[in-house]
Amino acid sequence: MSSTAFVGQRVKRLEDPDLLTGKGQFLDDLKLPGLLEAAFVRSPFAHATFTEIDAEEARAMPGVHAVLTARDLPAEMQGQRILLQVPHPQITNAVTQEPLASREVCFVGEAVAVVIADNRHLAEDAAERVIVDWEPLPAASHCDAALKPGAPVTHSSMTDNIAGRLNLGYGDVDAAFRNAAHVVEERYAPHRGTGHPMECRGVAAVYDVVGDAFRIWTSTQTPHNTQRAVIDMFGLSEDKVRVITPDVGGGFGPKNQVYPEELVIPAAARLLGRPVKWAEDRREHFLTTTQERDQVWDVAAAVDADGVLLGVKGTLIHDAGAYLPWGIIMPYISATTLPGPYKLPAYRMAVTVAFTNLVPTTPLRGAGRPQAVFAMERLMDAVAQKLGLDPAEVRRRNFIQADEMPYDMGLTYRDGAPVMYDTGDYPQAQALALAKAGYDDFPARQKAALAQGRHIGIGIGNYVEGTGLGPFEGATIRILTNGRVAIYTGAAAAGQAHRTTLAQICADEMNVDVTDIDVVGGDTGVMPRGAGTYASRITVNAGSSVRVASIELRGKALALAAAKFDVKPEDVELTHGAVRIKGEQGDSITFEELAKMTSGMPGYALPKGVKPDLEASGYFTPPQATYSNGSHVAEVEVDAETGQVKILKYTVVHDCGTVINPMLVDGQVQGGVAHGIGNALLERMVFDADANPLTTTFADYLMPTAELVPDCDIVHMESPTPLNPLGAKGAGEGGTIPAPAAIVAAVESALTPFGLRITDCPITPQRIVELIQTAQETIQEDH
Amino acid sequence: MKPAPFTYHRAGSLAEAAEMAATLDNARLLSGGQSLMAMMNLRYVAVDHLIDLNPVAEIAGIAIDGGRVTLGAMTRQRAVLESDALAACCPILREALGFVGHVQTRNRGTVGGSLAHLDPAAELPGMAALLDAEITLTSRGGARTVAMADYPQGYMTPDIVDGEILTSVAFDLWPEGHGWDFREFAQRHGDFAMAGVGSLIALDADGRIGRAAVILIGVGDGPLRLRDVEDILTDEAPSGALFAAAAAMAAARPMSADALVTEAYRQHLSRVLVRRSLTRACARATEAAHA
Amino acid sequence: MPDALPRRRITLTVNGKEHSAETEDRYSLADFLRHGLGLTGTHLGCEHGVCGACTVLVNGEAVRGCLMLAVQAEGCRVTTIEGLADDDGALSPLQQAFMDNHGLQCGFCTPGILTTLTAYLRDHPNADEPEIREALSGNICRCTGYDTIVRAALAAARTIREGAKA
Repeated sequence: MSSTAFVGQRVKRLEDPDLLTGKGQFLDDLKLPGLLEAAFVRSPFAHATFTEIDAEEARAMPGVHAVLTARDLPAEMQGQRILLQVPHPQITNAVTQEPLASREVCFVGEAVAVVIADNRHLAEDAAERVIVDWEPLPAASHCDAALKPGAPVTHSSMTDNIAGRLNLGYGDVDAAFRNAAHVVEERYAPHRGTGHPMECRGVAAVYDVVGDAFRIWTSTQTPHNTQRAVIDMFGLSEDKVRVITPDVGGGFGPKNQVYPEELVIPAAARLLGRPVKWAEDRREHFLTTTQERDQVWDVAAAVDADGVLLGVKGTLIHDAGAYLPWGIIMPYISATTLPGPYKLPAYRMAVTVAFTNLVPTTPLRGAGRPQAVFAMERLMDAVAQKLGLDPAEVRRRNFIQADEMPYDMGLTYRDGAPVMYDTGDYPQAQALALAKAGYDDFPARQKAALAQGRHIGIGIGNYVEGTGLGPFEGATIRILTNGRVAIYTGAAAAGQAHRTTLAQICADEMNVDVTDIDVVGGDTGVMPRGAGTYASRITVNAGSSVRVASIELRGKALALAAAKFDVKPEDVELTHGAVRIKGEQGDSITFEELAKMTSGMPGYALPKGVKPDLEASGYFTPPQATYSNGSHVAEVEVDAETGQVKILKYTVVHDCGTVINPMLVDGQVQGGVAHGIGNALLERMVFDADANPLTTTFADYLMPTAELVPDCDIVHMESPTPLNPLGAKGAGEGGTIPAPAAIVAAVESALTPFGLRITDCPITPQRIVELIQTAQETIQEDH
Repeated sequence: MKPAPFTYHRAGSLAEAAEMAATLDNARLLSGGQSLMAMMNLRYVAVDHLIDLNPVAEIAGIAIDGGRVTLGAMTRQRAVLESDALAACCPILREALGFVGHVQTRNRGTVGGSLAHLDPAAELPGMAALLDAEITLTSRGGARTVAMADYPQGYMTPDIVDGEILTSVAFDLWPEGHGWDFREFAQRHGDFAMAGVGSLIALDADGRIGRAAVILIGVGDGPLRLRDVEDILTDEAPSGALFAAAAAMAAARPMSADALVTEAYRQHLSRVLVRRSLTRACARATEAAHA
Repeated sequence: MPDALPRRRITLTVNGKEHSAETEDRYSLADFLRHGLGLTGTHLGCEHGVCGACTVLVNGEAVRGCLMLAVQAEGCRVTTIEGLADDDGALSPLQQAFMDNHGLQCGFCTPGILTTLTAYLRDHPNADEPEIREALSGNICRCTGYDTIVRAALAAARTIREGAKA
């Protein structure tokens, strides 16, 4: 019997009371006795070598405890590089960063030394006095140019900039193009942006000399990976390294990898015998925290006379940046995401991953999908334009139908399983979105607006997103001797309200209130294994583990109580922190009593077959990804004179299967759309020809503000997946993924009178004006 | 991002501040700090001494007297924005100040700080240029006044010598019933403008433009007073064609380019904004004349 | 660089309580609150005056804690997120509205947003949505997409107005 008192409800967050009163404990808030602080000496060049670092003056400064270069790091770290998180056979050069660069730096901001001082101010003073004999080298500044013959190489040890190649596809693509009634072909170039959680990264470490053990706090999405990296680096056993995530002020992907600082700071703590902390500042975040999205797609779609897809082919260049901490998984995701919700009989994509002397790229909210959806949806719009069809109609003619589920795309996903869409009703999702957006009336609205000199436009973005990736995430549920229920999980939260979501799932099974549940997550000390918070996977994996473990624990509690009362297990029930015999006058035993009794109380014998302790653990292992989907419609107004874009209305239909907490899912979607608006209109990391970053403050790199993000109209569809016990799919990234495609299409639609195409994003006012001017010049030349 | 060390000095009076400014080496004056502190945090600026003008109450305040307005250097930007008296006699100030940063920065940021910093995209230097303001600089030796037209010496380089403190800015009011408009273009509210325009128009009895003042900000080394544009507007009847010609003239000059914004786009924006600004300023003047 | 770093003692009132403490001259108000007084509820998001996370109230007005020196707060009344709730722990109408309307996710920008809106709604209890969005334009939130923050602010404004009537 599972009640649904909490699952599906807009349960208020358990996280909020502390965060609303300043009691949150973020990394830089930790008060460790004797704490020292670090500042790094970083490369001012995108590519350079060096032989000598003169730190004498810095070391002599008051309050400075150490200046460490690569040479000064412990013997175990010599010659080592940081963890490659996702190995792949197609990687040609699996190069990751050194903890501190020893002779060559490959992007602006790469660290060559660290200063440890009494406080950050003093550490920065000393870092300024460290002198490095830089020998600058030519730098590769864009992934497209990096593949041209004669381009500067990113690493002096390499002969070209190729990090890996992938060829994906199926079907007879050549025949599809031979038989096509129409072919459309374009080049798309989504640009590099960043995650920018409001809290930058940071790490603090304590070394316990007695136990030869580390305790490390880090603002990460993946504490277990940090633990693994430290274990590997220092050759320790697992119990010697405990990694804890404090409150994490946002992640969005870039906190989902192991960084050099997470190895250097523990090393410094051990060398100095003092706790050491490094809190990244915003400039360092711009220079060193991973980024994403520079890609170049040359793609063509073949369609029949009705606009039905016959095939898609093309090439994709993906910008890896200077190193490959995440391997080549993002372009793999891009290439496998491209077909989206459409039936695509034949497909071929040749992917080249290029090194550049820019900050390394790793998954950023959407992880290669926003670019793929941009390419596919722009192609659909191009087909519509070519055939004189409504963009929605072209999509309708190509949708996979609901009764065709499960649908095998013919590709292998990054988890090794086939791309097999599990559930979803894509035609219905678009139909709902169009209805909500007033799509049918739009031509009349547009005509009326144009008559007043206003340019309004509408655009569609459809997507399918592989979410909830394995291999697993675990949970242990325990009834504590104080009568409360505790959930321990490896999953680290960064604002998604895991505590609330997981407590909801558990509360329903244990028949307690969510406020009676403690959730401890992101701590390797409470859960030995964990994968991490990425790929919209926590509710699916940790949530399913919580459900499975809660059911087991519930059975155990019932069995124990039944044995005590000498009744059958089916004659007892859980009721608000107690187990009681069913019926009005039934005896009962509280969770507290039950927990104490079973926690090793002398004289108490466990019933036969029941294991000690009131706890149960589960590691849910999904058989494959589960596929969320959605349909976005953006309506915008463009000032054709200045190029300014205003979003008038934004509609989202979102299907992530069973919704555990609609309030939280709405929040994920709305926040995701805001990020997508940034990618569509504002956010761009600009580098000069020598690969120097030019946008390194929030005054140059524009984040969406309250005046630019509209209130989204969000509609939930629920197509539960059979792949996990909750029926849930991931919800963290769907808001972002199709937004650039929908918004750019809307801008283009608004500018229909000028007859132009937009093939890159973000689309800035300046670019819009340039496109309009080019289009007008073309018209003049035609006449 | 922590500032390099410096010694802080709290100036209790203007005389004390002037004494400090005259005697301390490698010193900077601290007013609102909304630009200086950021640059110090980024270590773009390092000083040995910081002289805090915030306690110097005698150089703060708004005075409107006999058709002339004097703003003390330490007047907060928010006070200018919210002054109903100023809005009544010089309404463009409220319109322009609405574009200055955000509530948190306007609460600290000052008139004098903005004028001394002289960011080319800043609204207050633009207003000073538009209103033919005079700036008073005080040092231990006394005070001098410099016309806004002569005040910028180059990119972010005001005519202030070591030991001088910008203490006030003053300007004559335009006649009652004048038209005004301020507008600028940035992707987000409160950001530095890629281009901005301020216009003042006074109509004569025949409905012709008796007097015009137009400035551009954010497009050059400093605020750009468009005397040529003002000349072709003066004595003409307002019309769309006139404004278009004025706008074309405004845009036909070299402008700055940077990593994100091209010169051509700044020129384009300037043309659009000047036309729109003149149109609205004239409409307001006409409205006032009919009221 | 001077050999001994300049520092001085300052006295100020934070969240109703008087403090007298030493600070280096160069410490920002935010750094002093966090590391000098241990009030880590105020967060630093960019340290160049754009993100608004460090916003605190000085003499009742919202200011950037990273762009004001601690020594400049001598004699001032400072309010931080730790001082917004009642003495008995009851959340302010704004804090409660944030809880009710899902006005925060990671909570890192929240201190600056709460302080900004506390001052703004005190002065503008009748603010409408566009005005609230403009008032928030100096605070960046990466998680929420702002909508729930705006709704929370509107809800808090209603509560404050009703409280004033009662």
